[in-house]
Amino acid sequence: MAQPLDRQKAKPHLAEEWVGKIYTLFCIAFLIITIISIVYFVASKGLSTFFKNHVNVLDLLTGLKWAPEGEPALFGALPFIFGSFSTSLLAAAIAAPLGFCAAVFMIEIAPKFGRQFLQPVIELLAGIPSVVYGFVGLSVIVPLFRDIFPGQGVGIAAGSIVLSIMILPTITTIATDALAALPKGLKEGSYALGATRWQTIYRIVLPTTLPALMTGIVLGIARAFGEALAVQMVIGNAPHIPSSLFESASTLTSAITLSMGNTAMGTAANNALWSLGLILMIMTFIFVFIVRWLERRSKI
Amino acid sequence: MQAFGMTVNDLSVAYGDRTAVKNVSLDFAPKQVTALIGPSGCGKSTFLRSLNRMNDLIAGCTVTGEIWIRDQNINSPETDVVSLRQRIGMVWQRPNPFHKSIYENIAFGPRYHGTKNKKQLDEIVEESLRKAALWDETKDRLHNSALALSGGQQQRLCIARSIAVKPDIILMDEPASALDPVSTAKIEELIAELKQDYCIVIVTHNMHQAARVSDKTAFFLSGEVVEYDLTPTIFTNPQRRETNDYITGRFG
Repeated sequence: MAQPLDRQKAKPHLAEEWVGKIYTLFCIAFLIITIISIVYFVASKGLSTFFKNHVNVLDLLTGLKWAPEGEPALFGALPFIFGSFSTSLLAAAIAAPLGFCAAVFMIEIAPKFGRQFLQPVIELLAGIPSVVYGFVGLSVIVPLFRDIFPGQGVGIAAGSIVLSIMILPTITTIATDALAALPKGLKEGSYALGATRWQTIYRIVLPTTLPALMTGIVLGIARAFGEALAVQMVIGNAPHIPSSLFESASTLTSAITLSMGNTAMGTAANNALWSLGLILMIMTFIFVFIVRWLERRSKI
Repeated sequence: MQAFGMTVNDLSVAYGDRTAVKNVSLDFAPKQVTALIGPSGCGKSTFLRSLNRMNDLIAGCTVTGEIWIRDQNINSPETDVVSLRQRIGMVWQRPNPFHKSIYENIAFGPRYHGTKNKKQLDEIVEESLRKAALWDETKDRLHNSALALSGGQQQRLCIARSIAVKPDIILMDEPASALDPVSTAKIEELIAELKQDYCIVIVTHNMHQAARVSDKTAFFLSGEVVEYDLTPTIFTNPQRRETNDYITGRFG
């Protein structure tokens, strides 16, 4: 009696299994195809600067002058690369200590208040649209810098401060999770040896969670590196390497968003912008690999 | 080296409204091992954690009563918890070595208590590891990660780490229950060895272990001490029926 019943039951399950398998397979295939197409598209456009328009790769990476429609056309993207790196690294340098200390406060010092009130507030920061950050930066930070420092107030300093606030939630959230996941025994072990709370945080908590903290910082840098709008609003967009933090500058993203509408498809100027996009994409891949590597190391 | 014991008077511990330990009074003699036995949830671990004020770290936990060491009531609010914890070492059920080298694990405590001299630290590390019977296995790799050691070695490292701050008393919370039989035997040998210098209080679920390593045994039930006597007496001639039921395996 039992056997035929089982066989009857097995058939609909088999169908369900197959439907599920095919459906999930379709979804992942769609994702992979999308990613491959984007990479292919950006790469083919970005590389045609070098193959079709015969721009030297080294000239693009190290050239100081950007005038793709000038006579002669110049494709020096170093000011943009410099702007992107300096704003995102500076933003991380500002946000990392803030984010880590906020996480320590939320987990170690005031866990109840921190988890119930502070963490949602910080996560809320992540949901604010970047144009709002840019607008606040433009109407608060830029005038402030204009009054205090020589220059127009726009530049790398204003850009990094706006970016640092934008990446603060990323760094804080990852640091908070890392601290919360720390084995309880480690802290107790340190307290039991007569270490104070500060010694425990500084000597045990910080070194043990360092790989996770680094992951948060690299993800923050990656986000800052790719952010276009907010930076473009406060950085000034002058295509040169500034001599001070308060002088107008440019980033890869701001250069693309500013000029993309003004160039015709297929021209050398347009292709050069795609090359900037390609550099952005490669950098993002590198950041992802760094994160992967850090995560693998932290497991040991 | 002078040996010190510990006297507990009328100690109660509560988590919020729930009382976990009720009016326990016990006397721990120097150079002796005292075992705390009892079924899960009877309050023996909570009691142990109160002895070096680890329960201070838990919000909502209140400890009342007196704990006397060297003519000082360490449960009074004026006690400096940091210097108190140097005098009372603690070892947990799960070995919890820091993510550092073997050397740094041992040097962690002494360094914070004023020993900066490299030579002195070297001596403390060697002496502590020798006392914990770990020196021969680790002397060639002191600067390797402590996490590469086996579970039993990690536990002995944790014992060495607590010896390094020169405590009077060592508290052990089921120190061998996460270990294999060979490592367990080593830990028990070590306890017998350490007894010559320290007052040891050990919580254990394993009654054979209590019988093997301890001089006196306290039987906990529902937060109270039912019986406290010499270990042979508890195991061969208990005075209370509950004790007898527990050690003969009728419950627990």
